[in-house]
Amino acid sequence: MGKLGTITRRTFLISAVAITGGVVFGYWKYKQPHGNPLLKDIDEGAGALTPYVLIDQNGISIVAPRAEMGQGIHTTLAAMVAEELDVTLEQVNVLHGPASKAYFNAVFMEDGLPFASLDESGLAEGARSFTEIPAKLIGMQLTGGSTSTYDHYDKMRTAGAAARESLLQAAANKTGIDVGSLSTSNGKVITPEGKELTYNELASAAAEIEPSAEPALKPRSEWKLLGKSQDRVDIIPKSTGTAEFGVDIDLPNMLYATVKVNPNLLNPMNSFDASKAESMRGVKKIIEIENGIAVVATNSWYAFQAIKAIECDWVPANYPVSTDGLRQLVVDSFEGWSNSKNRNDGDVDDALENGEVISGEYEVPFLAHATMEPMNATAWLHDGQLDIWAGNQIPTQVVIDAKKITGLSEENINVKTPLMGGGFGRRAEIDFVKQAVQIAKEMEGVPVKMTWTREEDTTHDYYRPLAMARFEAVMGETAPTAIDLKLAASGVFGAQFGRWGYPLAGPDNSIVQAAWDQPYGVENYRVTGYKAETIFPVMFWRSVGASQNAFFHESMIDELAHAKGLDPLQMRLDMMTDEPSKKVLEKVRDMSNWNQSLPEGHARGVGFCLSFGVPTAQVIEIAEQSGKIKIVNAYIVADVGIALDPRNIEAQLTGGMLFGLTAAIMGEITITDGKVDQTNFHNYNSIRMNQSPNFEVAILENGSKIKGVGEPGTPPAAPALSNAIFALTGKRIRKLPLNKEVDFA
Amino acid sequence: MKLSVNGTIHEVDVDPNMPLLWVLRDELNIHGPKFGCGIAMCGACTVHLDGNPIRSCSFPVSAVKGEITTIEGVGTPDAMSIVQQAWVDHQVAQCGYCQSGQIMSATALLEKNPSPTDDEIDAAMSGNLCRCGTYPRIRSAIKSASASLQAPAIKATEINLNSTQDDTTKAPVAEEA
Ligand code: FES
Ligand code: FES
Repeated sequence: MGKLGTITRRTFLISAVAITGGVVFGYWKYKQPHGNPLLKDIDEGAGALTPYVLIDQNGISIVAPRAEMGQGIHTTLAAMVAEELDVTLEQVNVLHGPASKAYFNAVFMEDGLPFASLDESGLAEGARSFTEIPAKLIGMQLTGGSTSTYDHYDKMRTAGAAARESLLQAAANKTGIDVGSLSTSNGKVITPEGKELTYNELASAAAEIEPSAEPALKPRSEWKLLGKSQDRVDIIPKSTGTAEFGVDIDLPNMLYATVKVNPNLLNPMNSFDASKAESMRGVKKIIEIENGIAVVATNSWYAFQAIKAIECDWVPANYPVSTDGLRQLVVDSFEGWSNSKNRNDGDVDDALENGEVISGEYEVPFLAHATMEPMNATAWLHDGQLDIWAGNQIPTQVVIDAKKITGLSEENINVKTPLMGGGFGRRAEIDFVKQAVQIAKEMEGVPVKMTWTREEDTTHDYYRPLAMARFEAVMGETAPTAIDLKLAASGVFGAQFGRWGYPLAGPDNSIVQAAWDQPYGVENYRVTGYKAETIFPVMFWRSVGASQNAFFHESMIDELAHAKGLDPLQMRLDMMTDEPSKKVLEKVRDMSNWNQSLPEGHARGVGFCLSFGVPTAQVIEIAEQSGKIKIVNAYIVADVGIALDPRNIEAQLTGGMLFGLTAAIMGEITITDGKVDQTNFHNYNSIRMNQSPNFEVAILENGSKIKGVGEPGTPPAAPALSNAIFALTGKRIRKLPLNKEVDFA
Repeated sequence: MKLSVNGTIHEVDVDPNMPLLWVLRDELNIHGPKFGCGIAMCGACTVHLDGNPIRSCSFPVSAVKGEITTIEGVGTPDAMSIVQQAWVDHQVAQCGYCQSGQIMSATALLEKNPSPTDDEIDAAMSGNLCRCGTYPRIRSAIKSASASLQAPAIKATEINLNSTQDDTTKAPVAEEA
């Protein structure tokens, strides 16, 4: 086990390889290596120092092989390399890089394990190490689960340090000066006399050198970039309209397409009548694709117009055709076998039998991701090559599926992953990329950019599942003595891994995520998951199971505190078993002046959630304004273990909380006659500027491991708001969205 | 038909009902304005028509009578406007997809009202949706830009000194002044 724990370091051995036509260096060894993908298209004289560092005539490039969806990951990953390589962020180009198994996500599968994130026992750690092996074999280049920072923290710093050591050695060989006397600064090696050799001039010589197996990493005290807020590498393009998103791809003679597929989701099309559309202006081709049709035209808008004019005969839904019918599947699942019972402390049945039972039932609806940039992809089949440009969270899967559709071999499929206008989990499903590839196959030689209408996007998502909770509990004097929490939902992990071709056996931990593993000590404490039949398309939605379970768990805790007239924040503190979590809660208490009274018509609520290893507490202060609720102030405290870029973490926490507040206040997807009712932002709206509160954020570093924050800001938002509404109005809302019960200003 | 965008006249031959957004994006390859909803509900496509913000996704090209300014006409990476600089200073963008529209709405607001109150900011900006939740920083950036505009001569010069272009008319204040 101990050995496995250190694999990440060893993984970054670098060795020189000579290939015809020039020297290229640095490939990444592992027991069964996934080759260094940068060697594929490398120019003569350039050096690929590990799969993450490339030095050529244009300077130094760092590959940050994760989807940049807004979370700032390209900046943070580049900073990890730059810190050790001793270059500034201004000196480097940051690229997403090619699709490659070399960039597999080593830690994503940890979330499927029945060990709480705080469990650092030998068994839990050992099991975590083992998940790296199947994860590596699958070689899934996946952005998700708030894993990017954590997964790359060692890998990328090591890559930077190893590259720097090679460059230093190359300089030593060249100058005859002992390597120990050389130093580096801003992309140069410096001799004791002050002579400077640039990394660029040393790159090819460095390629010949076998670097040390485990380069020394800088101690934190010597960090220049990490631990400090960096300007995002994409900030100027994104402030000047020059950032290139998938939807902005432009190629010579490109055509534009859109699609319409069966609104009875994932069901086929019987037939279609395109006679009207065929003669419409700009239309070039109408193509039948899986479950629907595509129109190719000279302008996206012509394609949008034409596709509306096509009559389709759809196969009806193979799932219950209404929200009520789908809800019934969840209700029924409570009667079936339990899917997991990860927590079962004490004797819950006995405690419930002998105590005064408080009970309740909670529910949340389906939700859409609604990324600002609608799904789109560009594909071009030419000369036996398939080029794909698609904002996606899993480029290795794009290769697999494109291969299936076109019959091309992997080497001839080139996936480029541009910036994404939001992801929130949605772009880990690549249905839209497959559509673009099907279009490209019919349009050989011509690049085609396929863009969904917002209507297609809202009605053809893979949704956050409708979920329910039932609890029974007994209160002691200062805290609960028994909690029995039953959670039911479709299985998100199983559904999505299944679509990728890896059916998951056993419990689906998304159902109980961030409910069973909360750092509360309760003598009799049981959390049981029930898996509802999963036939309606569901998937990861920012924070996954935590998005519903924090609302269930933290509303329940609040109810229990109020039942005994206890302060709900203090009761949580009294129950807490984990020091960093406790400090998070204490900090939010102090920041929000929790113990000071508020003016008439104001109230506060608190929510806490440990998700993705990050304990996060939020307090919301609301005010009544002519019968409506206004969110005035929001306070967030989170512990990320090591805060690499505080200003970016703050952005993720506030953005994550607003995402959660939107869902809590107004998010709801309903189904009628098999089809999603909501179509666009007028009936699937978001919080806007006028509803956004003031924020105060604190980031703590007491946790023992570095963690990512794309998601942890979202889960506590709903309970914090709902608990504040209870404090203000006495109304306990057990079903989201909240705007069904109260009006918001 | 003729269309003037960022000071350049273009000749386009499209269906007169085609929304301006799709003329800009797919005919003229001006990609700063973004497609978000197509029904004037998100603001991602915001451009200026003679200085007034419009939702180009819902504005037929044939109805355009006047000068169109897109984000590309407000400033460039080498010569950012005061508003864009404030966006950078506050590190507003996350995914960035909504930000062209946000900046166009904020620029139009500040041109008309260089020191808006919070309520005026809300009123001007609530048509611009941001799914990443960058509102707190948008508000701060607008306030910073507004403060810069209070001392326009000095600030505009400073910014343009850093740029390779020397076109102060690109700064919103200079246009109105
Ligand atoms: S795309 Fe025009 S307002 Fe949304
Ligand atoms: S920054 Fe992503 S939608 Fe606004």
